[in-house]
Amino acid sequence: MSLATETTARPAEEFRVTRSQRNVAWTGVVALIVVVVFAMLPYIVFSGTTTILVQAFIVLTMASMWNLLAGYAGLVSVGQQAFVGLGAYFVLILAINGFSPFVALPIAAIGSGVAALPLWWLISRLRSGYFAIATWVVAATVMLIIEKFSSIGGGTGLPLPGFAGMDPTLLTAYTYWAGLAVSVVTLAVIYLLLRGRLGLVLTAVRDDEIAARSSGARVGLARMLVFLVAGAGCGAAGGVLAISQLQVQPGAVFSVQWTAVMAFATIIGGLGTIEGPIIGTIVYMVLQQTLASYNAWYLIILGLVAIFVALFARRGLWGLVDEHLNVRLFPVGYWLRTPGSSARHGRRGARGEGAQEAG
Amino acid sequence: MAWVNAIIQGVLTGGLYALFACGLSLMFGVMKVVNLAHGDLAVVAGYLAIGVITVTHVPVLWSFLIVVPLMAVLGYVLQRTLIQGALDRSVLITLMVTFGLSVVIENGLLQFFTANSRGIGAGLALVSGSFTLGSQIQIGYLPLLIFAVAVVVLLGLQYFLSTSRYGRLIRAVADDQEAAQLAGADYRHVFGIAAAIAFGTVALAGIAYGMYSQLAPTTGTDTILLFAFAAVVIGGLGSLWGTLLGGVVLGVAQQIGAQINISDELLAGYIVFLAVLVLRPQGLISRRASS
Repeated sequence: MSLATETTARPAEEFRVTRSQRNVAWTGVVALIVVVVFAMLPYIVFSGTTTILVQAFIVLTMASMWNLLAGYAGLVSVGQQAFVGLGAYFVLILAINGFSPFVALPIAAIGSGVAALPLWWLISRLRSGYFAIATWVVAATVMLIIEKFSSIGGGTGLPLPGFAGMDPTLLTAYTYWAGLAVSVVTLAVIYLLLRGRLGLVLTAVRDDEIAARSSGARVGLARMLVFLVAGAGCGAAGGVLAISQLQVQPGAVFSVQWTAVMAFATIIGGLGTIEGPIIGTIVYMVLQQTLASYNAWYLIILGLVAIFVALFARRGLWGLVDEHLNVRLFPVGYWLRTPGSSARHGRRGARGEGAQEAG
Repeated sequence: MAWVNAIIQGVLTGGLYALFACGLSLMFGVMKVVNLAHGDLAVVAGYLAIGVITVTHVPVLWSFLIVVPLMAVLGYVLQRTLIQGALDRSVLITLMVTFGLSVVIENGLLQFFTANSRGIGAGLALVSGSFTLGSQIQIGYLPLLIFAVAVVVLLGLQYFLSTSRYGRLIRAVADDQEAAQLAGADYRHVFGIAAAIAFGTVALAGIAYGMYSQLAPTTGTDTILLFAFAAVVIGGLGSLWGTLLGGVVLGVAQQIGAQINISDELLAGYIVFLAVLVLRPQGLISRRASS
């Protein structure tokens, strides 16, 4: 049989390109239920639990943003603490000027995103390793500049005003909801961005940057957009951090520890998938809570596990799950289904034909 | 006169920064590895020196005879295992692995040796002694010695790379890994040698910093790595003399900053770094101009 008859013999409608193997509507419903259950938690559990969950939301938000940078845009930033700190300070400054810290939170996120623009201009011409250390230097510089303003606490920081006379139980609940909202918005924004044009450009760049550029993909613009979004996201996480700690201290909010946390959670969970940082955050929180009384040990263990995963299991824990179960909680890619095959089979077939899942 | 003094002190500390930077510069030049654990390894060397001095009672200054070879061996082993393993995968993995290493080392030091800062050889005449030039300029023996060591190390490295057999091998592998491999050079071994040399200079830098100032677990990242990187970028990537110039410019900028306002020392250095990044991204001495 010739190639022409081979291709015409197969009716075109038997090839299908889909977003997901399962019905997306169901995923949406499940996501909604999860969010509602999380939102109800302050009515059900003690405030100790919600306080831990606020930390988890902060880590999840930061890790998701770091994943967007490193996993999708190929930008390893070791200076994301610049935006965590900026977010915290935006909330502090607005609170000093009479805003409610909760109202200040979205403004802080936008402010951090805007601040990312000049910083991107400074470091965008550097690549890989030099980009990484340059972000670190930039973060150190931002901290030194902020420490020069004694009206916002100078080198020692300030307690966060704006909660005077507020019922502590209510404050804990509001903080929890703020953290939850930031996480949900973060995941939604990343999901929508990656489903759209930006996701396509980033995937093309990840596969072959030169080919992507010569096909007219605006790679620089895509990377800049990712950097700005990551700045805003880490700013929002910093804002929640300020609210949950009730104080802003430059050494604490600008600590490189934050980048370690977000990078390790992402690498362990699975780089380059939206689900990875969620798994990574759970692993991080479990380790941190179990080893909390052993000071720095949880970071040492996390670091060793992250090194191991980066070397030997590049797709992280979610990669293992995905390999065996073939599921996507956030379908951002496309599946090619070949005629007369089950979904699982279809994927293997698609791989064999060279057109695999993209995204 | 205070300004002249600031500039002289800046030039001398610049030697220390160049010593920080040359290992980073060498590893990037040869293996295209940006070792984010660079500074922490310097701190490890410094702590090692403290341990060696306490246990064996060798004179402080001679501790490097033990520490430098130890660190060089560590460099060879790390390069052949962890770093090469990461390099075989991708540049991004290398960054993640060395960053992981940095965090693990820093927190390990914190866990085992507390956050206290410690100096090397405090109280020695060499460490605290100085002589005066004219009426106001005071030059410490130690900064002068460190500057001399930095110049000797850079000169030695330059000589080694341009004339010795291993130097030629290293340059060949850096230029074209596959062609060198075809010609019979085992590039992994050559990478290991380059890493051993880089770690040796890191060890010297760690000991020098421990004598010049104090070492704490966080010194590796917030001082040594960032200053080393700033010196490399200011001077120009891949040029050893550029590295010395970069270190000196950084040192002078910091001292002038400190002269204006004592709290502006670090900020002034970083601002010069950012200015170079924007105005002259190829560095003050670009690779092409120097070679």
